[in-house]
Amino acid sequence: MSRQPLDAAQIHALVVERFPAVTLERSENAQPWLKAPADGFLDLARFLKDDPRLAYDSLMCLSGVDLATFNLPPAKPVPPPKPGAAPVPPKPAEPIKPVEPSLACVYLLHSLVHRHRLMVKVLVDRNAGVVPSVESVWGVAGYFEREIFDLLGVGFAGHHDLRRIMTPEDWTGHPLRKDYVYPTRYNGVELRRAGQRFEDGPYAGNAP
Amino acid sequence: MAECGSKAGNRDGEQLALTCVDDFLNWGKENSLFYLLFATACCGIELMQTGGPRFDTDRLGMIPRPTPRQADLMILAGTITHKMASRAHLLWKQMAEPRWVVSMGSCANAGGPFSKYSYSVLNGMDKFLPVDVYIPGCPPRPEALIDGCMALRERVRRFRALGIRDRDPVVIASASPAPVCGDQGFKPQRPEGQG
Amino acid sequence: MTVEAYTVDGDLMTLNMGPHHPSTHGVLRLVLEVDGEVVVSCRPDLGYLHRSIEKIGEFLEYPQFVPYTDRVDYVCAMNSNHAYCLAVEQLLGSVAGSEVKIPERAEWLRILFAELNRISSHLVAVGAFAMDMGAFTPFLHGIGLRELVNDIFEKTCGARLTYNYITIGGVAADLHAGAEAEILAFCDTCEREMVRFNRLITANSIFKGRLAGVAAVSAADAVSYGLVGPNLRASGVDFDLRRDEPYGFYSRVQFEVPVGGAFAGARGRVGDSYDRFVLRCIEILESVRIVRQCLEQMPKSAAKADDPVGGWQVDANKQLRKPPRGEVYCRVENPRGETGYHVVSDGSRKPYRIKIRTGSFTAMSIFEKLVPGLMISDVVAVIGSFDIVVPEIDR
Repeated sequence: MSRQPLDAAQIHALVVERFPAVTLERSENAQPWLKAPADGFLDLARFLKDDPRLAYDSLMCLSGVDLATFNLPPAKPVPPPKPGAAPVPPKPAEPIKPVEPSLACVYLLHSLVHRHRLMVKVLVDRNAGVVPSVESVWGVAGYFEREIFDLLGVGFAGHHDLRRIMTPEDWTGHPLRKDYVYPTRYNGVELRRAGQRFEDGPYAGNAP
Repeated sequence: MAECGSKAGNRDGEQLALTCVDDFLNWGKENSLFYLLFATACCGIELMQTGGPRFDTDRLGMIPRPTPRQADLMILAGTITHKMASRAHLLWKQMAEPRWVVSMGSCANAGGPFSKYSYSVLNGMDKFLPVDVYIPGCPPRPEALIDGCMALRERVRRFRALGIRDRDPVVIASASPAPVCGDQGFKPQRPEGQG
Repeated sequence: MTVEAYTVDGDLMTLNMGPHHPSTHGVLRLVLEVDGEVVVSCRPDLGYLHRSIEKIGEFLEYPQFVPYTDRVDYVCAMNSNHAYCLAVEQLLGSVAGSEVKIPERAEWLRILFAELNRISSHLVAVGAFAMDMGAFTPFLHGIGLRELVNDIFEKTCGARLTYNYITIGGVAADLHAGAEAEILAFCDTCEREMVRFNRLITANSIFKGRLAGVAAVSAADAVSYGLVGPNLRASGVDFDLRRDEPYGFYSRVQFEVPVGGAFAGARGRVGDSYDRFVLRCIEILESVRIVRQCLEQMPKSAAKADDPVGGWQVDANKQLRKPPRGEVYCRVENPRGETGYHVVSDGSRKPYRIKIRTGSFTAMSIFEKLVPGLMISDVVAVIGSFDIVVPEIDR
């Protein structure tokens, strides 16, 4: 097969013939990506791999992003305490109100045949968001999906073995979420040392 | 061995060495500190290189053993996570007494660069195990590791089979400074009191 | 050796391999179901070294994260540094006005040290693999040679293992005085020693017979399961990011990309464990070639650090205070294959999200498919030949 790399607009034109719900977007630094709905994503993945003009035979990376605070203004830095003054206890952070859908699964595809790339994003809701598993299309997806399930809490329908992969099985929460509260104890051990503060981030005070 | 009375010569009645049992046993123990081939992270590579041809821990009688049942010494080389901590503790329990623990590198000492922001790293393996020698560094140089092992040999020499075990740990002044993650990024700092 | 047409008689035993096992190269746990010596199913259990490096990245500023990339893959820390710094520089360069122009000498220094680190990483890989197979001497040869590379690194950047040398905007320091001669001397030693090494183990007929045809991966499987780097090329897929998507100054050097070809002889198959081993041995020599070319073509050192030709570092702090919003995925060829950094920026001084894609993690995904049918002792060959480094899996 001869090598015919396509640009993002051409790829989108090919895809939209069969999947009209897919839109072409650009991130703020002009990186093109396709926004795909979770429904029927498995068919789209098969099409991307099997269509000879696209031939995305390798899944470079499957990354998950929690977009809950992406558009929030940055947190104000906490002024250092004056010498001699009593330490001010950190205020409890306000619960976030993310704009749904707030979790993104980012599929980064590469074609060894045509040597072109593609970024596809599937946006899902924070609570009970489910994406069809694509491990039948790209074998490597099974492990990436387990990682995202563990660290971000996205479900993958049809995965043969969806368990936690990085954290222990009795761990609570999904650590890469922006509203993740650090545990205080695990396995009978205090996790944070006395006097340690979590100064950074919009959730200062959430973590001990 | 302590000189409690010995006589050199080749005839009967000579070549006698009188010593106390502990001294004799410790002489054997300190010269055959078999260590458990247990490495979790970056320090494991330095541990490997210390066992390699240039630094050659074999000449100190330190030979790696793959199973804890045959090991006297556990070198905690690398980060211990919460998931790993109970397993490392199990390995330590499988070792026969008298057993020794050397904590190699900042991660095993105190969580190292991960102590502040990580949710999964244990801030120091001494929460689970009695550590005999701490070696700072990220990772410590092979020389620092050998220095720590020599300090451990001192401690083995003082061991009394029927006595109370020395529990105060030794901290090695390492040649390589331990990186501390501060507000200004990574800057090398020496452990306190060793400036 | 694959056991063909073997029927399971139902009397299975569960065998825990790891997390403490001398040949799993760290804390990797495989839960094997075995029938006698034959593995029926394999379930990898990861995460024993999950240090939450990706989460830590969200709390630190861009340059502060560089030391953590050392610890993502400590066997080739230079290459990890390189991948992350390139990703951040691509992010800055994706919007007009905030580009960072790396001095020419810094670009050469980057690939010089990346290739030296590739040599030292492959030396550990082939040495440890031979040790797992029961040959201890090659391991000592590999470690002995690695010490020489460490000496060069130590003199230039001050560390033996976690270098923190390649930084955003160049490299942290210029070469130390007399480095060129030392590196050239190392190149000679390395080529001479590799001849001895190959005579000792690569051409050893026992070693060949032991590995011929063991755990062969087809090209289609290798692509689908995300094998990268030497593991992918051993299966016959001719793809190397240094040549096919050149980054840095790789387009200015000449080198061959070896591809697997059933090197073990009559019983060998393309993509078997022996192919993966041989490819690493060849890549060491190709890296020596690149190192020599770097030294030939590198411009002379200038007096100023930010000289556009002979400098080694430009100050990128101004751009890093206000990086563009957006995202970038940048991948480079590490000794363990493609390492990709997906960096998402929300315009603040800290990355919004850093996702690290590593070769060892994706190599784990093929285990469930590849290992059943092998003997227990061949599982060790699979782990060793894939050159698994555990913090790369768990991060």
